Amino acid sequence: MTTRIGSGAGFAGDRVEPAEDLLARGGLDDLVLECLAERTIALGQQRRLADPVAGYDRRLPSRFARLLPLAVEHGVRVVTNMGAANPLEGGRVTRGLLDSLGSTAAVAVVTGDDVLAELDLDAPAWETGRPLREHGEIVSANAYLGADAILPALDAGARVVLTGRVADPSLFLAPLAHRLGWDLADPSAAAAGTLVGHLLECAGQLTGGYFADPGRKDVPGLARLGFPFADVESDGSATFGKLPGTGGMLNRATVREQLLYEITDPGAYRTPDVSLDLFGVGLDERGPDRVRVTGARGRARPDELKVSVGYRAGSKVEAEISYAGPGAHARAALAGEIVAQRLSGTALRPRVEVRGGPEDCRLRVAATSHDVALLELAGDEVEALYTNGPAGGGGVRVHLGEVVGIVSTLIPRARVRAGVTILEAGRARTAS
Amino acid sequence: MPVPLRELAHCRAGDKGNLATLSVFPHDDADFAVLVREVTARRVREHLAAWVGGEVVRHELPNLCALQFVCERGADAGVTTSLELDTHGKTLGTLLLSLPVDP
Repeated sequence: MTTRIGSGAGFAGDRVEPAEDLLARGGLDDLVLECLAERTIALGQQRRLADPVAGYDRRLPSRFARLLPLAVEHGVRVVTNMGAANPLEGGRVTRGLLDSLGSTAAVAVVTGDDVLAELDLDAPAWETGRPLREHGEIVSANAYLGADAILPALDAGARVVLTGRVADPSLFLAPLAHRLGWDLADPSAAAAGTLVGHLLECAGQLTGGYFADPGRKDVPGLARLGFPFADVESDGSATFGKLPGTGGMLNRATVREQLLYEITDPGAYRTPDVSLDLFGVGLDERGPDRVRVTGARGRARPDELKVSVGYRAGSKVEAEISYAGPGAHARAALAGEIVAQRLSGTALRPRVEVRGGPEDCRLRVAATSHDVALLELAGDEVEALYTNGPAGGGGVRVHLGEVVGIVSTLIPRARVRAGVTILEAGRARTAS
Repeated sequence: MPVPLRELAHCRAGDKGNLATLSVFPHDDADFAVLVREVTARRVREHLAAWVGGEVVRHELPNLCALQFVCERGADAGVTTSLELDTHGKTLGTLLLSLPVDP
């Protein structure tokens, strides 16, 4: 048995047209949209604090308004983490869109990733070794749920699944396990599906996006970049492809780059579902834009789940000004010295650097602080270079914004309770 | 005669927290041994010293003709908190391609 799963988004701001194309003529069984970066969910929690019906992906309504009509028409199931910090509300919006299309397809919402109330604030952060509470006010804590949290939604017959924080490959492993009858407790099956998910989760990065280097690595038709799909067999082997007529390319080189993307331990890539070993993976080009991938090996899943913790890290200012022509670099450097001197009496420790070529460059001043007035002063001092600095400064841009820092920790599985809510046309019920 | 790494290899950068990953592959698999010899963890760390403050670990994956470098960027190098222009470290992959290697 073979099932076809497509990748319709690799990050929150991804393009919509390639997903429309896959839905319309891809012959897909499932489409997965991965839209949730670590910081995105923390920012979503802040929006939810300000407004209880906010916090899901702010592009969900516009993205789904374009994609759901095609998904309904072509019978494609959709799984996405666009629920972000408020999956239930994202589910209700999705339900409303389906109702307006006259579709009775069931929407399922996966909850339970929000573990803020369960968090041990004395636990150390991975990145710093310091207790979580020392980093600042904690605003969010989301556990990475696995495919086992999504599977009950699929068993209940959901045609659209909204999640919050779920490990990216798990978004793919769950529908694959459901279609192919895999047991998630079998590490070889979990490894095979996780490898497929890992390769597809960044969408266009498998098909020639984030790859082109003119003259060395040319990619045809990048402006019409198509997104990938995989034909996955019951034994776990998978052949990756993209639709005819789309731009980009899919070959051993693009697959190889994505295979190791963000992998910090190739012998033990840990997800909530499995510990994946890539040392036996083989790639085989089967034709134009067709690559077969085999050899994923797995060991039992970790006992604890990773938690992404967001904390208030103050604010950040970034201010720049341009210099051009002969002596530009020296004038930019002088401008940097002037700003540093003018800020030297403050508590600010800005990063001051000159970026760009010798005759066209920008002075860049960046700083973080909990004192917003001080950051505004830094921005003002860069702007003041117009009339109080070297000759020929132009094009000042100042950006000041709040910073949510992200650190990670672990939580025992027993402290995380995932649940599924089914939103049927006109009513809601709880499936597990 | 040394040539820039870009002549022999391609590279993709990724980020995970304060770690940067750099995946290096030969254009021609026959050059994998050259990469194993020339592109050591120490040389990568020296080449990217301005961006990579901590340890660099190299993994060899002969099944893919790949070298995987895992680089510690420093405790305050998170995507949101870093003061770098490229907070993700996405440009590190192509910066590495200027490393001189002896084919």
